[in-house]
Amino acid sequence: MTRVGVGVGHTRVPLRATYFAVLLLLYFPIALLFLFSFSENTVLNFPLRGFTLDWYREVFEDASLIEAARNSVVVGTVAATLATLIGCAVSVAVVRFRFRGRAGLVGLAGLPLIVPFIVLGVSLFLLFIFVDFPRSLATIAIGHTVVAVPFATLILLARMAGLDPNLEDAAMDLGATYRTTLRRVVVPLMGASLLSAWLTCFIVSFDEVAIALFLAGGDPTFPIFLYGQLRFAQRLPVLIAMAVLLMVGTVTLTLIAFRLGRRRT
Amino acid sequence: MLGRRGALRFLALPPYVWLGLFFVLPLVLIVAISFRPETGPIDFDDPWAPSLIQYQRAFEPAYLRLLGVSVLMALGIAGGATLLAYPVAYFLAFRARERAPFYLVLLLIPFATSYLLRVMAWRLMLGGEGAINSFLQFAGFTSGPLDLLLYSRAAVMITLVYVWIPFAALPIYAAMQRIDRAHQEAAADLGAGPWSRFWRITVPLSLPGALAAFFMVFIPTVGEYVTPSLVGGTEGFMYGNLIQDFFGGAANWALGSALSVIMLVVTLVLVAVALRVVDVRRVAT
Repeated sequence: MTRVGVGVGHTRVPLRATYFAVLLLLYFPIALLFLFSFSENTVLNFPLRGFTLDWYREVFEDASLIEAARNSVVVGTVAATLATLIGCAVSVAVVRFRFRGRAGLVGLAGLPLIVPFIVLGVSLFLLFIFVDFPRSLATIAIGHTVVAVPFATLILLARMAGLDPNLEDAAMDLGATYRTTLRRVVVPLMGASLLSAWLTCFIVSFDEVAIALFLAGGDPTFPIFLYGQLRFAQRLPVLIAMAVLLMVGTVTLTLIAFRLGRRRT
Repeated sequence: MLGRRGALRFLALPPYVWLGLFFVLPLVLIVAISFRPETGPIDFDDPWAPSLIQYQRAFEPAYLRLLGVSVLMALGIAGGATLLAYPVAYFLAFRARERAPFYLVLLLIPFATSYLLRVMAWRLMLGGEGAINSFLQFAGFTSGPLDLLLYSRAAVMITLVYVWIPFAALPIYAAMQRIDRAHQEAAADLGAGPWSRFWRITVPLSLPGALAAFFMVFIPTVGEYVTPSLVGGTEGFMYGNLIQDFFGGAANWALGSALSVIMLVVTLVLVAVALRVVDVRRVAT
């Protein structure tokens, strides 16, 4: 008797077709924007007429646009670095130590995920006014660190749980202090996951606007700048061109983070 | 193990301090401020006595109704995104086989595209001079633009379902990947048909993933104000827009704080109820 395996006797639901239909739905509007960024018109009209690269040229002549993108990179870098450090510390502490407040620490690091962004945004806004701390790129980075910590922690907890504790014991038996062990054994072993966590946090920050709008001082990040300019219809093609350029960057980072994330198991 | 206990402090303290200062403290502060009586921007040096006046205002029928509408919209959006993501995740987990990673990446690329850009895409799709209208006219179906597409509650919901589908597929896919194929083989050996196996094995075992997906969409959506302000118009106005207004143009921080606290409580209660129904921890790690 041969065993009846799964794959025999499927339902007749056209799953492949459903998948591709959803994929089409997801790609069509983006493709439209992409086409629009090469069109001479400032309004989208069918049929599209007049191919141009002017919008892309204008991106590089627009100092405030470039400045906003640069600000986003700075904020994203700071937030991702801090969130990854915090996530790393949480995961090592939680996986390797038994202490009071252990469950509380995991809970705390995951909790920002279940608080609506607007609530986080306005409460941080009030905090910075309360302590009389001027709002700037730094306050945006602080807010983004808070929302990125759960992502870093989830990724790094999974990795840390899979690490053999004997490697650390061996390092310490050979005379390394615990700090040296962390630096020379644990962190290198977590390598790819650390990078994956960092990239995930960076992307979260880079795209975040709901919290940032409450925490921004005079310097906008790119999403804030984009949000402010969207009401000017004639600016739309340049903004889209810039967003398309940045999209190439974030998609690349996402794919790298995804590959690194999958490699660990 | 000399030094390990010391290292624990060095490891656990920074997360506690950072999240305490910039996550717990602000939430405590906003609760405190919601009990202040002021009706404008607040000077924190002013003396004040706790008052329930903001909650009295926050429970006015118009505000409660908007809260109800926003929660329903978010439930609908989360439901829509989860339902559309479910067959996609099913395909990836059970049918795509060795090409699953590639198909998963195809799904993730739109998600890596700027959120504002995707919202803008729908403004271009739905607008009076937008893609759908100009296509309808170009094709001769309509003579003038249809106005009902953009600036409506439906526009907000369509846009947000669109934005969240890829994200919703991830926890469902993860839950389905963990389903032991032996269950289904055993059920098939015992004579269960494909639909019976689906309803009695796959659905219950993937339910934690579907619920995680649902709430991972619901929580960011219920507090939305950016998308409604771009595609919603006055009809698509959500509770988040109200809060944002009280911290922006119509500066009334204490009332805005009370509304925020109410939104937070509603969200936490719904999440707590969900956690009682299904063990989401099986999905989170």
